[in-house]
Amino acid sequence: MSSDSKRKAPKTQSKPKIGVFKFASCDGCQLSLLDAEDELLGVVGAVEIAYFPEATRTMLKGPYDIGLVEGSVTTHHDAERIQEIRRKCKTLITIGACATAGGIQALRNWKDVDEFVRAVYASPQFISTLKLSTPIAEHVPVDFELRGCPINKYQLIELLTATLVGRKPNIPTYSVCMECKRKAAVCIAVARGVPCLGPVTHAGCGALCPSYDRGCYGCYGPMETPNTASLTSQFRILGQSGDQISRAFRSFNAWAWQFRKASEECERA
Amino acid sequence: MTGRGGRTIKVDTLARVEGEGALYIKMAGNHVADVKLRIYEPPRLFEAFLRGRHFSEAPDITARICGICPIAYQMSAIHAIERALGIQIAPEVRLLRRLFYCGEWIESHALHIYMLHAPDFLGYQDVIEMAKDHRPVVEKALRLKKIGNRLVQLLGGREIHPISAAVGGFHKTPAKSQLRELVSDLEWALEASLETVRWTSTLEFPDFEQDYEFVALRHPQEYPFNEGRLVSNRGLDIDAAEYEDRFAEFHVKHSNALQSVVRGRGSYLVGPLARFNLNFDKLPEVAQKAALEVGLKPPVKNLFRSIVVRAVELVFACAEALRVIAEYEPPAVARVAAPNRRGVGQAITEAPRGILYHRYAIDENGLIVTAKIVPPTSQNQKRIEDDLREYAAQLAAWSLEEATWKCEQAVRCYDPCISCATHFLKVVIERD
Repeated sequence: MSSDSKRKAPKTQSKPKIGVFKFASCDGCQLSLLDAEDELLGVVGAVEIAYFPEATRTMLKGPYDIGLVEGSVTTHHDAERIQEIRRKCKTLITIGACATAGGIQALRNWKDVDEFVRAVYASPQFISTLKLSTPIAEHVPVDFELRGCPINKYQLIELLTATLVGRKPNIPTYSVCMECKRKAAVCIAVARGVPCLGPVTHAGCGALCPSYDRGCYGCYGPMETPNTASLTSQFRILGQSGDQISRAFRSFNAWAWQFRKASEECERA
Repeated sequence: MTGRGGRTIKVDTLARVEGEGALYIKMAGNHVADVKLRIYEPPRLFEAFLRGRHFSEAPDITARICGICPIAYQMSAIHAIERALGIQIAPEVRLLRRLFYCGEWIESHALHIYMLHAPDFLGYQDVIEMAKDHRPVVEKALRLKKIGNRLVQLLGGREIHPISAAVGGFHKTPAKSQLRELVSDLEWALEASLETVRWTSTLEFPDFEQDYEFVALRHPQEYPFNEGRLVSNRGLDIDAAEYEDRFAEFHVKHSNALQSVVRGRGSYLVGPLARFNLNFDKLPEVAQKAALEVGLKPPVKNLFRSIVVRAVELVFACAEALRVIAEYEPPAVARVAAPNRRGVGQAITEAPRGILYHRYAIDENGLIVTAKIVPPTSQNQKRIEDDLREYAAQLAAWSLEEATWKCEQAVRCYDPCISCATHFLKVVIERD
């Protein structure tokens, strides 16, 4: 990186080095780190922020102890860049739905991307993009995938802490339903017939949507063992059309295989 | 990067901006031969995949264009769709949307002033380094930011990609008592914002004034958020529906973001400076007084003073939040029904970085036929290049390293949000 020459000599070599890398994304997941207002100064005291362009001009070369990767792979250049980043990071953690499932931009995966580019840009020949938007794990081995669109900042702090001390992070893999039950919230799907993706969606948000009087829209992606077929039938009973159900599975985690399969089955049905 | 006595200012990864971009400036002596703001953030093609989605999904989908200003996307989408459907919202909902926007402005402006831009003025690489010498300042910044985030969280469930805003209103509206709990924090935030105006006004500003066309919303009674006519200091005065007749977007090879111009005129500036210059009379007294006390009165033409103007807008956002909370009564229904209907609607709202335009055409089943989104940073993109053409010429006497940093600082005055603009920064200065 050209800015290396601008950096001052590192004050200490002993702190673990963290790099934050961005691919196709909205920047929201890396912002979560800056949004941890109460924990931020503590975190940056415990680690060395070696590469985090959104926050600093200092850009240190690797290797890094922990690499946090946000975003999905959508260009040839990025497909090569992730290989290089993997080689430089001892532990590689992907953060958010783009990095773990391809993100909302994976909606191109069912369409003609060239037509998409022509629809948005006047000079499509200037644009270089891949046909598919793919998660990081389709390109390199990933040590931990933190779900969510956006991620939960407390889960990120927990994951960083656990990784630094070398223990297993306490990040549950059950569904949003469990979070509703733990809040003693009335089930909006059962009590009011609201179509809710809670039963098949990975926990982490704290059952936010149901607490705000709306059905879960699956922004944390599929839970460990989702029964999407059963939920699909329930949605049909609630009067949802195949198109509607397909769209429900096809949002921020559309390319996660469980949701992908469920959406394609609804299209065929 | 010096060749044949000339030089290139080159920043390969522009730091402390949201998203990915680079800056390339080629100098021939004291003359600037070429300026390119290269936005290489990969295209995500939102306008294409919105087609065929139901209008009710647009606020949640478009929020994902930007993790820094999701509320702006939700607001522009919702207003455009409500216009397409012919929906009238309750006055209480309108007030709550202003409050929601106050939260985003406080959070975003506090982040930019203290964490992204102040380090340039004080000579630090980042806020972490700055915190070692200015810990109380950084702690104050974090608390301010947190108060903005708390407001967003209360109304929208979470800070990033909030889940409560909807076409017709909100999925759930807060109780009066919940908002009242924020009053003491907001009163502290108002004082901290007033200190921020005084503190930013003591920074050193390069002597750099340009003849800008400022473009912002203007409302008869209020400092603008969600409503108003689009006006400029050069006589523009239009409804959102006329936006595409008066502004053109064009595609340059070096950028994945489209550049905007006022048809027949050229580049223009959106954001805090434009809003302040065009709407000073609509600021509450406390914000006007704070500005005048530090010698800030419209028209402010020095781009570098944007940081002080942003602080004045912090004062406004805190005062406005307190006003809304004092007046708030929960609406009878959280959201009015939004039946499927064919129509076309446009809306412009004021994102922290400037105006954000959305247009949707919707069919009889409520599905989106076409969508168009023009984010603030793509509108400022051409103006950033024009500014750098002038500014880099003034930096001939500076070392390449210093000139590069100064150009980066200039770009950061715009608080560019590159993730938005590609639905952008690296700096390169080349000298001959």
